[in-house]
Amino acid sequence: MRVTHYWRALWGIVGRELWRFVTQRERFVSALVRPLVWLFVFAAGFRAALGLAISPPYETYILYEVYITPGLCGMIQLFNGMQSSLSMVYDREMGSMRILLVSPLPRWFLLLSKLLAGVGVSVLQVYVFLAIAWADDIQAPWQGYLWAMPALLLSGLMLGALGLLLSSFIKQLENFAGVMNFVIFPMFFLSTALYPLWKLKESSILLHQIAQYNPFSQAVELIRFALYGQLNLHALIYTSAAFAVFMAAAIFGYNPSKGMMSRKGGA
Amino acid sequence: METMPTNNPTIATCIAKWRLTSSIGLKQSLSIALGSLLLLGMGCADAETVFVTLEKDNALAVLDPLAGKLLTTVPVGRRPRGIAISPDNKVLYVATSDDNTIKMLDASTFKELGRLPSGDDPETFALNPKGDLLYVSNEDDSLVTVIDIAKKQVVKQIKVGVEPEGITVSPDNQWLVSASETTNMVHWIDTKTHTISDNTLVDPRPRAAQFTPDSQQLWVTSEMAGTLMILDVKTKQIIKSLTFEAAGVTADKMQPVGIAIDKDRRYGYVALGPANRVAVVNAQTFVVEKMLLVGSRVWNLAFSPDQKRLYTTNGVSNDVSIIDLDSQTVTHSVGVGTYPWGVAVKP
Repeated sequence: MRVTHYWRALWGIVGRELWRFVTQRERFVSALVRPLVWLFVFAAGFRAALGLAISPPYETYILYEVYITPGLCGMIQLFNGMQSSLSMVYDREMGSMRILLVSPLPRWFLLLSKLLAGVGVSVLQVYVFLAIAWADDIQAPWQGYLWAMPALLLSGLMLGALGLLLSSFIKQLENFAGVMNFVIFPMFFLSTALYPLWKLKESSILLHQIAQYNPFSQAVELIRFALYGQLNLHALIYTSAAFAVFMAAAIFGYNPSKGMMSRKGGA
Repeated sequence: METMPTNNPTIATCIAKWRLTSSIGLKQSLSIALGSLLLLGMGCADAETVFVTLEKDNALAVLDPLAGKLLTTVPVGRRPRGIAISPDNKVLYVATSDDNTIKMLDASTFKELGRLPSGDDPETFALNPKGDLLYVSNEDDSLVTVIDIAKKQVVKQIKVGVEPEGITVSPDNQWLVSASETTNMVHWIDTKTHTISDNTLVDPRPRAAQFTPDSQQLWVTSEMAGTLMILDVKTKQIIKSLTFEAAGVTADKMQPVGIAIDKDRRYGYVALGPANRVAVVNAQTFVVEKMLLVGSRVWNLAFSPDQKRLYTTNGVSNDVSIIDLDSQTVTHSVGVGTYPWGVAVKP
């Protein structure tokens, strides 16, 4: 196997995903509509909800929409990760997965390529969302938009890897509703995307602890700090570790002889 | 007496200034290292010191606004409210309301230099441009007391409307203006004769008054009507009245108080009390261009000497917000103590 083989496979997978992305405009628009509704409708209703406490990385008072913007970036990536997971199941049902997995290249590389393709799309969506927020005067320091890039790549990888892992469990497309109910909603609502940890602590210690250990919270905090030019080392380590665990489990899950595939009787 | 802040800009302060005005680095260490390098080449302007009266703590908070840090808190007397600094920046005047006096403090050592006979319960006062006369609103007695600072003596007491509060002197030293909260009037007092020459009826409960630096306009805020009125000094008439709106803030919370107008009369800034906002008003078109979110019950405002920053006292959230005026964004809010009221800046 030469590097060119790897490159050709990577480009094949990423190119296919990008082609899908370009041709499915509705998908792109609908992925943006969701966070924008949260930003302009939900946040508008909760403007004064945060009360008065300044928590890092913020150094002064902020409006609620400023607070939830990094959370909504995370939301875009969370849904994108799940969307990728959905398309994996679809590919499996349609048979294109079989073509992919019979490639002589290592399985981990194929899965990672698939993952990168999804992350690329999600980062693009996040930047479009941030641009719309910027136009509405929800602005971070310009350097923050540069620092956000590596943070978004890592959080996208982590959430994408989670999607991959889940897709190895899901047998049929119909089961995706379960993913929504049992993964996306709890992950999103039990996180720091919509409310800071100190606010959660006021209502429930248990919820506070769950949110603290929720990898999605850590991904959101990583993005939040990066947007303000700061590095949240704890969030970086936590998100990286979560990515490593999810990715390893996904690679295992897609192993025909050991993982979930064998139990389901192949792709 | 606690340790005194230094008058000279330290490297740390300069770095802090560089960080505030340029960017926030990813790592502090990196930014400090880079900041030091830059400073070698570009030098650093003098750092200013911000003084804030703490009504409930009976103290004066001393802030390094560029580092965004509270340097020290100095006991100053009971219920300090109004504060001003002499034109030569050497003497601080602090109205200690429950001591019924205005204290003169050394602006570097905070040693008491003397007391002025302000009358009972002094709250707001104004210095004339030369800095030799001080005018105090005596709310309970409906008086304005004129004090000769050098002699520490009352020169005159001028009978004004009920509950005088806002007080200011025009930069050309022609007019002293006193606003009466209950009479709803602005009194124009001739500074040569110390007699009222004109009165203008304004919206209910006028709180603060401020001349534009060219002395051609007087801006007055009405707490109850929620308005900012612009008066023409020549005609003494209101030429414009504007209200404030912010999404998510009810109209009853829009209670304009402190005013600051920049030297070029490009922008005026109005503290909106419980609305927790500072309004950015275009001083040419009188359009409210922006609302800046600051701490709770923002009361008084002061510019940095170069007018690149604006400092606000936030009475309920117990902090001072720092507004960068180039970008018109609030960069920091620094905790100072209980009930911050007045603010003065020393270059």
